[in-house]
Amino acid sequence: MAEPMKIRATLQGDTADVRILMRHPMETGTRKTASGVVPLHFIQSVVVQHNGKTVLDAQWSQAISRDPFLGLRVKGAKVGDKISVTWTDNTGDKRTDEVTVAAGS
Amino acid sequence: MKQLRRNFLKLSGGAGAVAAAAGLLKAGSAWAAPWNKNAFESKVVADIQKSLGATNLIDSKDITITAPDIAENGAIVPIAVTSKIPNTQSIAIIAEKNPFPLAASFDIMAGGEGYVSTRVKMGQTSNVRAIVKADGKFYTAVKEIKVTVGGCG
Repeated sequence: MAEPMKIRATLQGDTADVRILMRHPMETGTRKTASGVVPLHFIQSVVVQHNGKTVLDAQWSQAISRDPFLGLRVKGAKVGDKISVTWTDNTGDKRTDEVTVAAGS
Repeated sequence: MKQLRRNFLKLSGGAGAVAAAAGLLKAGSAWAAPWNKNAFESKVVADIQKSLGATNLIDSKDITITAPDIAENGAIVPIAVTSKIPNTQSIAIIAEKNPFPLAASFDIMAGGEGYVSTRVKMGQTSNVRAIVKADGKFYTAVKEIKVTVGGCG
């Protein structure tokens, strides 16, 4: 059901550049198919944590694109730090994935 | 007497639930802010600003909205908002002519930088407004994004 996210965290100076790609249909509740209207189905909340501490708490509407992308920057990060991302959608479905910060080029 | 006892039970039960909720909030570090239903389901930009508590907006040049001037595909419009205002607490992105204008609201905690990047859907050419909360004050910036659907300009 909920497929894994792709997360990349690379260190640039003392800031980690985090890029997240989620897999989600993000249905607006207005799209019609032959079998009727596709019900509203979208990610409502995304929480990003750095070593267990929340750095970003996002609330989304159905206006975010399908297979959402989220980019952010985390200050004071080091190589090996843990970045975890949790999303929750309007049906209560959730998914958490975690990566470690990699050294930037 | 019975009535009193019932009230007392109700009260104490309620207080217990509140205490339990408070405990949960402290214990669960992955706690997310409640979804701002009023703001997200509102169709009027002014009402959204009210729901966000953003009443006195200050135009700011320290907010940069990075997005294409012309988006060919309204289903995927990349938008990034950078706020150079110190102590940026939250960034909201509003596509003013969408059926539900508020697209996203990001709460940034200590340790996060005043920068978010995402992709939104836009129904038509519209102003995109970023509202940034910093030190309890609200700042704003606007950028027009032209959406070409079906190739007409």
